[in-house]
Amino acid sequence: MSSVIDWEAASNPVKENRAGNIGKAVDRYEGPLKVTGTAPYAYEVAPPSPPAYGVLVSAPIARGRIAAIDIAAAQASPGVLLVWTHANAPAQGPRPARYDFFTPAPRPSLDSDQVHYFGQQVAVVVADTLENATAGAALVNLTFEEDASSVIFHDHYAEGVQPPGESDVEIGDFEAGFAAAPVKIDDVWRSPLQNHCQMEPCATTAWWEGDKLTVHTSIQMVRYAQNSLAETLMISNKNVHLLTRYVGGGFGGKGSFYDDLVLASLAARELRRPVKIAYSRQQMMHGTVHRPATEMRVRLGATADGKLTAMSMMTTTHCDRRGNFTEHASNFARNLYAAPNRLTGHRLVRLDLPVASAMRAPGEASGTLSLEVAMDELAEKLGMDPVELRIRNEPPTDPETGKPFSIRQLVRCMREGAQTFGWDKRQPTPGQVRDGRWLVGLGMAAAIRGNFLLPAKASFTVDADGVITVKQGMTDIGTGTYTVLAQIAAETLGVPLGDVRVEIGDSELPPAPGSGGQFGAATAGSAALDAGMNLRKAIAEIAISDPASPLFGGPSEQITFQDGVIAIANRSERLADLIRRNRPDGLTADGEVRPAADASQWSSHTYGAHYVEVGVDTVTGEVRTRRMLGVFAAGRILNWKTARSQLTGGMIWGVGSALTEGNSVDPHHGSLINQDLAGYLVPVQADIGELDAVMLDEVDDKANPMGIKGVGELGISGAGAAVANAIYNACGVRVRDYPITPDKLIAALEAQGR
Amino acid sequence: MRPFTYERATDAAGAVTSAAATPGSKFIAGGTNLLDLMKLEIEQPAHLIDVARLPLAAIEDAQDGGLRIGAMVTNSHLAADARVRARYPVLTQAIVAGGSGQLRNKATTGGNLLQRTRCAYFYDTAKPCNKRQPGSGCGALEGLNRNSAIFGGSHACIATHPSDMAVALSALGASVETLSPHGEARAFDLDDLHRLPGETPQIETHLIAGELITAVVLPPPPSGGQVYRKVRDRASYAAGLASIAVAGDQVALGAVAHKPWRARLAEAALAAGGSPTEAIAAELAGASENGRNGFKISLVARLGPVAIAEARNNGSAA
Repeated sequence: MSSVIDWEAASNPVKENRAGNIGKAVDRYEGPLKVTGTAPYAYEVAPPSPPAYGVLVSAPIARGRIAAIDIAAAQASPGVLLVWTHANAPAQGPRPARYDFFTPAPRPSLDSDQVHYFGQQVAVVVADTLENATAGAALVNLTFEEDASSVIFHDHYAEGVQPPGESDVEIGDFEAGFAAAPVKIDDVWRSPLQNHCQMEPCATTAWWEGDKLTVHTSIQMVRYAQNSLAETLMISNKNVHLLTRYVGGGFGGKGSFYDDLVLASLAARELRRPVKIAYSRQQMMHGTVHRPATEMRVRLGATADGKLTAMSMMTTTHCDRRGNFTEHASNFARNLYAAPNRLTGHRLVRLDLPVASAMRAPGEASGTLSLEVAMDELAEKLGMDPVELRIRNEPPTDPETGKPFSIRQLVRCMREGAQTFGWDKRQPTPGQVRDGRWLVGLGMAAAIRGNFLLPAKASFTVDADGVITVKQGMTDIGTGTYTVLAQIAAETLGVPLGDVRVEIGDSELPPAPGSGGQFGAATAGSAALDAGMNLRKAIAEIAISDPASPLFGGPSEQITFQDGVIAIANRSERLADLIRRNRPDGLTADGEVRPAADASQWSSHTYGAHYVEVGVDTVTGEVRTRRMLGVFAAGRILNWKTARSQLTGGMIWGVGSALTEGNSVDPHHGSLINQDLAGYLVPVQADIGELDAVMLDEVDDKANPMGIKGVGELGISGAGAAVANAIYNACGVRVRDYPITPDKLIAALEAQGR
Repeated sequence: MRPFTYERATDAAGAVTSAAATPGSKFIAGGTNLLDLMKLEIEQPAHLIDVARLPLAAIEDAQDGGLRIGAMVTNSHLAADARVRARYPVLTQAIVAGGSGQLRNKATTGGNLLQRTRCAYFYDTAKPCNKRQPGSGCGALEGLNRNSAIFGGSHACIATHPSDMAVALSALGASVETLSPHGEARAFDLDDLHRLPGETPQIETHLIAGELITAVVLPPPPSGGQVYRKVRDRASYAAGLASIAVAGDQVALGAVAHKPWRARLAEAALAAGGSPTEAIAAELAGASENGRNGFKISLVARLGPVAIAEARNNGSAA
C-alpha cells in the first residue's frame, strides 16, 4: 500500500530531472499529425471494408411519448439499409435507475417510447452514403403525444430539494454569526446553462470480426466506456476493443458516451458491415450533456477589520428528471477562506431538460462567479483592497476539516500576480480611468480546484533499438497526455525524447481512468513513472547478470541511465546493445499507482490568482478584455507549454463565462436557443487581448510520487469573477446574472440613471 | 443536404437564362450562407448556378464621381479598395465588422445583400417559422427574441437582416443593378431591394425569381463625415445587436429590421435642425419590442447620437 510518507521520502528520476525533460516546453508529441490533418479522429478511421453511415433523428418535444411510427418511406428511400426506432431496435442491457461517473452500466439507445427532453435521439437511419442516410432520416415519420413540461429553471427555484445522499454542511452557527456581523454581503448570482462545444463532435466508427467488436470513438474514459458498452450490448468486455486515439476536446462532455457509440455498434452487427455515426453540431447541444444553470446565494459577515465571521453559499441547480448530477458550486467555498461560522449546500430541481453533467471544473467554474465577486463587494464595503481582504482570511489549516494543507501558496499567487500585473495602479473607486470610449477597470479573483489521484496502470517496453514504448489505456483530449508521458519515459529511462513512443487510447492497454477532474497527468503519469522504475530495475538485473555487459557484476543500485547509455561509474554500454543481446524481442515492465492510504490526512488543492483589465463602453454596454494574468500553484509542472496552454485555455473560458457564453431554454419548446457556434459565443482571439499564465515553482510531494498536480480545470476557476470585478471597477455597475452582456449592462446603467 | 445539379455560368446572360429555364434553381457565389442553409435543408435548391466566376468582379470609377462595384467583388476586396477606404470609410468599416476574415474572403457583394436572417427559429427546423415554412407561425414572437427586429416587424415575422455591409450601403444611398431572367437590365435604390416581412416573410426582396444582381452603384460620397458602429456580444464574428451607419446627414440602422433600416425620420429631424439625440428619438418613436429585444431601443438611443457626433467629428477632421 502506498503512502504519502513514502512518496515524500523517495527520490526518483522525475524529481531529480537530470536530463531536464521535466518542466520543459516540449512540443506536442502528436502535434505534427494534428496540424497536417493526418491524425485520424474517430469518424475518419478507415475500417477494413466500406462503411455504411448512420444519421440520428431527434425528438422535437420536451416531454411525451412516441404515439405512432411510420418508417416505410425512410426504408424505401434510396440506399437506406436500416431504420430503427424503439419499436424495432435490438435488445440491450437495461438502463439503471441512476448513473455515476465510475460504475460501468448499460446505456441503451432507443429503449422506450418516452421522450424525456428536446433533442433526445428517437431513431437512426443507416444508408450506403451519408447523404442517403440524411435524406432517409428526414422521411422518418414519428407522431408525438406531448405532455406538459417544466423547462424554465427560474420558474422552479422553490422546488429545489436536497440532492440524494447529501446534507448541508454547517460549522459553528452561521445564522447567529451572520446576524452579529457588523459588515454584511447578501446577494444572489445566476449562471447560465453552458454547452461544452468541443470542436470534434461525438463520433464512432464500428465494425465486427466474428463476435469481436472494434470501435473507434471520441471519449475521455476508455475502460468505463468499454465496460459500459459491453453491458449495453450484453457481450463480454473481452469482445469490445475500444479505441480513442485522438479526441478533439472533451471538457467533461465525453466523460460518458452517447448513441453514436451504441447504435454504430448495433448497426454494424446487424448489417455485417462497418458503420459510422456522428452527432451534428445541433445534436451536440441537446443530445449530449451540459453544465446546468445555477442560482447562488452568498452571504458574508465580517468584522470592520475584514475578518470573515460568517460565510454561506447555497446553490440551487437543475438536472434532468432521471438524473442525479449536482453542480456542486458551493463545495470549493468549504476550502477557501477562514470563517468560524459556515453554511454551504445545494438544492436540485428536476426539469424536462437534456442531461446535466460535468463540464470543465464542475462546481468551481460556476461557483467562483459568485463568492469571488462577493469578496470584491465586501472589500469595497470595508474600504479594503480585495487582495488584502483575502490575505486576512487565509486559513492556517483547512477551514472546515482542520487538516493541514499539503501545500497552499494562494497568498504567494496573489502577491506575485499583483506585482507583475501592476495591481497598485488600480483605483479603488470605480469609473476613474478612461481610454477613449472605454472606461477601464482592474479586477482580481482567487482560484482553487481540488487535486485527485485515481488508480491506474501502465507498461513500458524497451526494444532492441533502445526505443521505449509507453502503453496505457489513457486518453489525450487535447491536454498533452501523449507528450507528458513521453517526457516521463525519457527522463526515467535516460533516453532522448525522440526514442520514446506513446500508445494510448486503447482498451487493450493497461487501464487508466482517463481524462477528467484534472486528475489525468498525475494519475496516468504516476503509473507511468512506476512502470519506468520497474523497467529500470529489470534492465539493471539483466545488465549485471550478463557477462558480455561491461556492467556485469553490478552493483546494480549504482546504475545510471543517460543519453541511451547505461553505466556504473566508468563502465558503460548502450541500452540498445544490452537489450539486443539479451531481449531481442524487447523487455516489458508494468507499473501502477494507487491513491495513498493516508492521503485523506491532508487538504490538497491547486491554487491561483487572476488579474484582469477590461474596458467597458458605457454607451453600448460592450465589455472587452484588455489584458489578463493568472498566477498558479499546481505542484511540479511536467511541461511548461502544455500546462500553460491548459491554464490560458481555462482563463479564456472564464472570460467567455463572464461575457458571452450560455444557452437559454425556449419556454415553449424546451430547446436551447443557440444550436451552433455562430449563436453560442465562445471567445474569439479579438476578445482576449494580452494573456499570460505564470506557474509558480512548486512541488507537492504529498500529491503523488512526482509531486505534480493538475492544471486542466484550475485556469477557469475564478477567471470569470475577476472579469466581473474588473467591470465593476471600470464602471461601477454589478451585473449578477451571467453572462454580462450589453443588454444587461445597459439596463444596470440605466437603473443608475446613466 | 438534398441532391442538386450544378453548373458554372460563364456570362450573366447565360446565368439568368438558365435560372429562368430551371425550376428550383439558385445562384451561388461565395456560398458562405447558402451552403450552411443547404446542409440544414432550410434551403433545398434543385439546381445551383455558380456565378462566382462571372466577369463582375471589378470596382470601377463612375462618371459622376461614384463607384460601380461588380456583384462578384469579394467583401475583403471591397473593404480594402483604396478608393473605398478614402471616400467611403463607412463601407470599409461595416464590411470588416461582419463575419470573419475567411468568410469575407469568399463572400461577394451581391451575395452579402441576399444573405438570410440569423434568427434562431429560422435555423431550427423543429420550430415554427413563417419565413422557412409559410403558415407555420413565428417562434420568435413569444420566444427568445433578443435578436429580433424593433422596426417594421409583423405578426408573421420579426426577423432581422444580418448584413453589416448593406447598412453602410443604405446610408450611402447606393443603388443596385440587376439582370432580370428575361435579360432586362434593371436598377433600383438599395432601399427598394429588401421588403418588410408583412404577411409574406418568405419573400425577402423585390427581385424576380431568377434575377441576378450584377452591380452595386455608389453615388459620390455625401458631404460630412462617416462612421459605422456595431454593437455585439463578442469582439469579432458575431451578429450585431444593433449597428448604425452615418454618412453626412444620412443614417441607416442595422440588426433592427427585416432590411437595412434607412432612418428617414432621423434624417428629417437632423435636416430640420434637430440634435442627434432628437433625431434618433424621432426614429425610435416608430420602434416596438417583443420582450427580450426591448434593450435594442435603449441601445440605439444611446449609440445613435454618439455615432452621429463621431461622424461629424470625422468629417471636420478630414
